[in-house]
Amino acid sequence: MSLNLLGQIAVLFGKLSLLAVGGANSTVPEIARITVGEKHWLSASQFSQFYAIANAAPGPNVLIVAVIGAHVAGVSGGLVAIAAMVLPAGITAAIIALMFDKHREARWRRVAQASLLPITAGLVLAAACVLARQSDTGWLTLVLTLVTALLTWRTGAHPLWLLGAGALAGLLFL
Amino acid sequence: MTAEPPPARPNLTHGQLFSGFFQAGIMGFGGVLPIIRRLLVDDRRWLTQVEFNELFSLCQSLPGANVVNLSFAFGAREAGATGAACAVLGLLSAPVAIVLCLVWLYGKYGALPPVRHALLGLAATAAGLALGSGLRIATPILKLPRNIALAAAVYGLAFGLHLSLPLIVLLTLPVSLLLAWRAVP
Repeated sequence: MSLNLLGQIAVLFGKLSLLAVGGANSTVPEIARITVGEKHWLSASQFSQFYAIANAAPGPNVLIVAVIGAHVAGVSGGLVAIAAMVLPAGITAAIIALMFDKHREARWRRVAQASLLPITAGLVLAAACVLARQSDTGWLTLVLTLVTALLTWRTGAHPLWLLGAGALAGLLFL
Repeated sequence: MTAEPPPARPNLTHGQLFSGFFQAGIMGFGGVLPIIRRLLVDDRRWLTQVEFNELFSLCQSLPGANVVNLSFAFGAREAGATGAACAVLGLLSAPVAIVLCLVWLYGKYGALPPVRHALLGLAATAAGLALGSGLRIATPILKLPRNIALAAAVYGLAFGLHLSLPLIVLLTLPVSLLLAWRAVP
């Protein structure tokens, strides 16, 4: 496997690290746009399956980048992707947490949070629509998406049960 | 939860940081945040609820995966750079190893018809999870007109026009910061 490919993975996720507004899900539309649309590393259907695999595994949802990196360039690709995605943002967070330990009620933080929330909301809803468009190819998949969304939104049903039921429904009826 | 003043405790060791976050990572199915909160606040009592909320809200107002940022920040406060490394490696090592195995299995068996069908169902469900959690994030903040306008603009730029994320942030963040600066006391 080429170092060039690992370099591309590192640059892509390293750039996204500091743009993950409000969490990793905000970067899903951008990751799809680049890895599926521009670089053709995977198909749209594979992208939504990888997102699902990352969700079904334990751990934070930023794991989607390790899954994509590993698919593109093996184990080293997965490790490079996750390191590139978490290091810039994490080091920034650690430094700021050390610096601002004393200034608990700093106004800048309330301003930052208030300004990021609507952007996060727009991005995570766009992420959901990107995933739905990639995975909903017929009426059954559409129903699965909508029912899961409703249960998650309204009841907070545990994701693992929902994913299990979805996989079973796919196995039996698709 | 009542906030009793925490008893002074010595800083955590690297081993404690690694094992604590390792446990949170491996148990964090469908979202690590509730697990990590319970572990840090209820089980190990490394933080009070108030301290946890404070640290998490700091990490949320910074870019990056929130719980990963929290591990970096908490580990750094306890034991410096190497502490941050222990917390993050603890959190991510098992989950990353698991997804690497899953990708290998996907490559080997993903094309078999029953596996493929289950994965298609799984993918549609995961899209629903993303939509549901997106709605949970969006509904409480979409009560203010400025938030509705900004979120709609971001959504349109990302999903409708397929603009790149740097460009979307560049276009909307200054406006959002200005509005928040004027609105937040």
